Amino acid sequence: EFRRFSLERSKPGKFEEFYGLLQHVHKIPNVDVLVGYTDIHGDLLPINNDDNYHKAVSTANPLLRIFIQRKEDADYSAFGTDTMTRKKNVLSNVLRPDNHKKKPHIVISMPQDFRPVSSIIDVDILPETHRRVRLYKYGTDKPLGFYIRDGSSVRVTPHGLEKVPGIFISRLVPGGLAQSTGLLAVNDEVLEVNGIEVSGKSLDQVTDMMIANSRNLIITVRPANQRNNIVRNSRTSGSSGQSTESSLPSSMPNILANSLQGEEESDEEDIIIEDNGEPQQIPKAAPTSESIESLTQIELLHESTQNGFLPSSEMHLNHSEGSVSMEYEVQDTDHRSLEEDGTIITL
Amino acid sequence: MRRFLRPGHDPVRERLKRDLFQFNKTVEHGFPHQPSALGYSPFLRLMAIGTRSGAIKLYGAPGVEFMGLHEENNTVMQIHFIPDQCQLVTLLDDNSLHLWSLKQHSGASELREEHRFTLKGPPGSPPSATQVTAVLPHSSREVLYLGTESGNIFVVELPSFRVLEDRTITSEAVLQRVPEDYCNRRSCELVEALREHPKNPDQILIGYSRGLIVLWDLQNSKVTHHFLGTQQLENLYWQRDGSKFISCHYDGSYTQWPVSSDNRQPEPLENVVPYGPFPCKAISKIYWQTTKNGLPYIIFQGGMPRASYGDRHSISVVHGSQQTAFDFTSRVIDFFIIFSSEPTAEFDDPSAMVVLAEEELVVIDLKTAGWPAVHPPYLASLHCSAITCSHHVSNIPLKLWERIISAGSKQNVHYSNMPWPIDGGTNIAPDPPQRDLLLTGHEDGTVRFWDASGVCLHLLYKLSTVRVFLTDADPNDNMNTLGEDEWPPLRKVGTFDPYSDDPRLGIQKIYLCKYSGYLAVAGTAGQVLVMELNDEDAEHVVDHSEADLLQDQEGYRWKGHEKLKTRDGPVRFEAGFQPFVLVQCQPPAVVTSLALHSEWKLVAFGTSHGFGLFDHQQKRLVFVKCTLHPSDQLALEGPLSRVKSLKKSLRQSFRRIRRSRVSSRKRRGGSGNASEVQEANAKFDQDALQEMELAPVQRKIEARSAEDSFTGFVRTLYFADTFLRDSSRHCPSLWAGTNGGTVYAFCLRVPPAERRMDEPVRAEQAKEIQLMHRAPVVGILVLDGRSTPLPEPLEVAHDLSKSPDMQGSHQLLVVSEEQFKVFTLPKVSSKLKLKLTALEGCRVRKVTVANFGSCKTDDYSENDLAVLTNLGDIQIISLPFLKLQIRYPCIRKEDVSGIASCVFTKYGQGFYLISPSEFERFSLSTKWLVEPRCVVDMPEVTSNNHVHNKSGTENPARKS
Repeated sequence: EFRRFSLERSKPGKFEEFYGLLQHVHKIPNVDVLVGYTDIHGDLLPINNDDNYHKAVSTANPLLRIFIQRKEDADYSAFGTDTMTRKKNVLSNVLRPDNHKKKPHIVISMPQDFRPVSSIIDVDILPETHRRVRLYKYGTDKPLGFYIRDGSSVRVTPHGLEKVPGIFISRLVPGGLAQSTGLLAVNDEVLEVNGIEVSGKSLDQVTDMMIANSRNLIITVRPANQRNNIVRNSRTSGSSGQSTESSLPSSMPNILANSLQGEEESDEEDIIIEDNGEPQQIPKAAPTSESIESLTQIELLHESTQNGFLPSSEMHLNHSEGSVSMEYEVQDTDHRSLEEDGTIITL
Repeated sequence: MRRFLRPGHDPVRERLKRDLFQFNKTVEHGFPHQPSALGYSPFLRLMAIGTRSGAIKLYGAPGVEFMGLHEENNTVMQIHFIPDQCQLVTLLDDNSLHLWSLKQHSGASELREEHRFTLKGPPGSPPSATQVTAVLPHSSREVLYLGTESGNIFVVELPSFRVLEDRTITSEAVLQRVPEDYCNRRSCELVEALREHPKNPDQILIGYSRGLIVLWDLQNSKVTHHFLGTQQLENLYWQRDGSKFISCHYDGSYTQWPVSSDNRQPEPLENVVPYGPFPCKAISKIYWQTTKNGLPYIIFQGGMPRASYGDRHSISVVHGSQQTAFDFTSRVIDFFIIFSSEPTAEFDDPSAMVVLAEEELVVIDLKTAGWPAVHPPYLASLHCSAITCSHHVSNIPLKLWERIISAGSKQNVHYSNMPWPIDGGTNIAPDPPQRDLLLTGHEDGTVRFWDASGVCLHLLYKLSTVRVFLTDADPNDNMNTLGEDEWPPLRKVGTFDPYSDDPRLGIQKIYLCKYSGYLAVAGTAGQVLVMELNDEDAEHVVDHSEADLLQDQEGYRWKGHEKLKTRDGPVRFEAGFQPFVLVQCQPPAVVTSLALHSEWKLVAFGTSHGFGLFDHQQKRLVFVKCTLHPSDQLALEGPLSRVKSLKKSLRQSFRRIRRSRVSSRKRRGGSGNASEVQEANAKFDQDALQEMELAPVQRKIEARSAEDSFTGFVRTLYFADTFLRDSSRHCPSLWAGTNGGTVYAFCLRVPPAERRMDEPVRAEQAKEIQLMHRAPVVGILVLDGRSTPLPEPLEVAHDLSKSPDMQGSHQLLVVSEEQFKVFTLPKVSSKLKLKLTALEGCRVRKVTVANFGSCKTDDYSENDLAVLTNLGDIQIISLPFLKLQIRYPCIRKEDVSGIASCVFTKYGQGFYLISPSEFERFSLSTKWLVEPRCVVDMPEVTSNNHVHNKSGTENPARKS
């Protein structure tokens, strides 16, 4: 059965309210339902939180088509399968051509129950030769499972090529999180840990930084194997481009960054046991004074820049910069591969 | 990071920071590491010590000290003061000479290097031609005579170091008129000693190593006397009137020679082997001191019978029938005698002997019968037994201070009452602002109490915990009285004794309550002693109780050391801190944290297995809590098994290096040429080193987990009177933090004073916080309603602190190695955090609350956290907002023992070990700064009278 009603686009409100509204409109106040919508590409995407609800409202032109299913007899696989498979294919195609085994569709849980184990983030703002990888240790029993070592790399500087000390991944533990993601490899150079550059820091310092961030580790690497980099064309040719590329919607990183932030906050929460009772997460204290408020704001701001959350206008700028720097980087990699041969011998 | 490094957005705060914080390394306390040379100026009454690392340190009256460092970092071989000048010359082992001056600069004297110089021979001459072996600063102050290995003596002008070539005394010129049969045997010998004639500055005595001694006339450039010694020469010394001199020799003999105008080639007057007739070791230095009563003092270093006492480091003093061979605990570097230096005085009348041994300074009073030692006011040997921990207590109440001094003075009865004889210069530093104590725990089970108020770190009192325990060493086994023959008349002097009877006695944690005089001390074998200050000797039984920290855990076996055996029955204790309770942790693992609350009469202690609370009033264990993770086997095994494996692996790696080196040598053995082999070896070493550097050092990246080893290791304990359960009632509480990032809070019920003995103290666990990043908790602190740290126990009772604000909500600060976190109380919710490691890659090693006062206004001060990181940086972090204020590099990050030894004071100063025997003192505060500030005035010099600077004789005020 169909219902049609209107919403104020500028003030969509909260998902909870919307959900309530739907239940009210359909007169099913006590039935758990799944809410989905079709986006501009025709994919069926879920609405289950404020973010994707807002996204859905904002993309409606002008009609937003919503699908509601009873939770118990919902066809989970209907949701975003298209998008999901396509995205996966892109990554595995590009990164690990040999790893391209189509997994059977046994995805049984709800999208909201998925827990990411890793992701490539900030693709749009980093040079093609770099890769920013996020490892989610939280909730998995898998060890992070990698080792780092000292080494040296060649950089292009105003004074020509210079050999500078660097930190490299030296080993991946089989079955570890790092290896299972396929996003990190031996001899990848570590450039940043959670947004902080490692140059000038000792191996022990970088080790400590990684361990301190181990619950939500974001490593920016220069992969040793530069052949599998994602080749991005400039956005202007976007819609007419190949489908593999356009499947990385420009808005994706934003959503990612936004939704992850909340998670980052929660996964840091310590546990308290009061009077030998049940362990509970320690809540955040309500900010009481001005100064604390301003401080938390600063923190948020800081963390969002760290996650690469940037308005899209800046993204375009970065793209053009990226392509300009291409030539340097190619030179760079040549030298690096020579260098690698050396280190492999000493290993 | 960006958040904190944003440049001064608040100019007011930036200005205030400049008024509050400032980093200075102010003074080095203790005994210089690896001393290598000694010098003394009777004119300035200053002593100079040079070290193997090229440092030079000058000491005068207490508080008068200077330090200089040669750029080269080479060993200082010799130090010579220029007569009647504020200047000295040092000779380094790279054959360079350096001229240092004490110059006044803005009211205080400073030691500065003025010139440097290396003697150069003619082109093509071997390096030995100019290798300086003896230095004589001439009394004219214009020239230096430099004896060399070649036997030539060069003359250089001061202060320009210009070589006066026409005045060089060549060995050829000296040998011209030596009888031929003597001369043949002895050509080409090095200059061993140069001594100016005490009355006639135109004559110098030259001693060559093979035994020839000549008196050289500077005016006529010729030899006036030949003294044909037959033994290898070690040193020379003039008698005061210049009529005789004495030479000492390699075979352990000394010889007197007459100097008169009628005999140009005299025979020796007397030749003595003091410890003969069996072969003796060399006498390397000798003094001949005249006295009014006619009997001279003959003082010489070495000369012991080679076979039976050749290993002793001795200096013998002979005065008539009295003879003592002072037996030092370490190698004697050099010594000097303080005697009357007035030129008009007829006799030397020696007053003191100052001996620089490798590990300590010993001063002997020669005027008092029995020649007792003098207690030095500085240069204390901190390491007489290795330091295992330190504890600093600021602002000691006068009463406690006096009682400690009085206890200490009873221990020092065998010292001489002589005022400190090296008393040059004037201390013009302001009196120390307060009385500070630095307590050091040592491997031999002693705790030393140092006066750390001022520039001179001075031993006040020494406490030994050994008497409580039965050790292998028999207390009656005294080296001084038993087991020594009467001849040679050896007498042990000095306190350096690095050999511990039992490593389990080692002190690991110290906690002193300055208001009550209660002291808690904990050691390596799980022993916790609570002591009380008693002004009298006393004999009593030490109450003994055990704390089983494993409690309900089953099936574990401790593989570490056993607990110490205690002495049964009453034990006699000397005046001072006397133990009355011993709590023995089981298993007897190292005590890793300790806290004492003197008001509640409770002591808390923790090991790698758990922690416990003991009521030392009722002498009853209140509770124990096991913190051990069930799967943590390593913590149970005890330290020994791991040490063994480490040692084994070290040994193996050394063996491997040695083996490879030997084989490389063998391979090249045939080629013959020594230098080539050496070169090849050097190259090999370099290669090996390079290889080691290139070897892949890798670090595992893994999140900490509950299953890690030593998570139960208790790192910190803290008592607080705060709101633990609800916001209406506060109660005493005990907090503990572990290596695995867990914080436990126990609510305590302490009966009121009138029923304190009748009702038991009760404890109940109220909270357990698990930090998700699981880093070791190194500090716990409760801030009151005004965000001020809670005062120490009894601080309020003594009117020394405002009572804490119990109205507003309290906050809990937990410092882990990685993060600072503020939580609200009593409901724990997280309020603020600073993720230090995530931002900077450094970890917290030490953290203390320090009070910083403004240098501009007296009425402003604030509390901040002083933090030392594993990179050796010091950071100051504000309270309660946890903002980084300032950062200073302090200790090299490779200097692990330096970082581990660091202690902060409550007023923004700190100490850390720069060597086993030296503390570096530093200050973070603009207001509290203890640094040497002193003046050395040029005493007036009249033609034949030296007026001494008398200001140096005043007694150090801090002693009273």
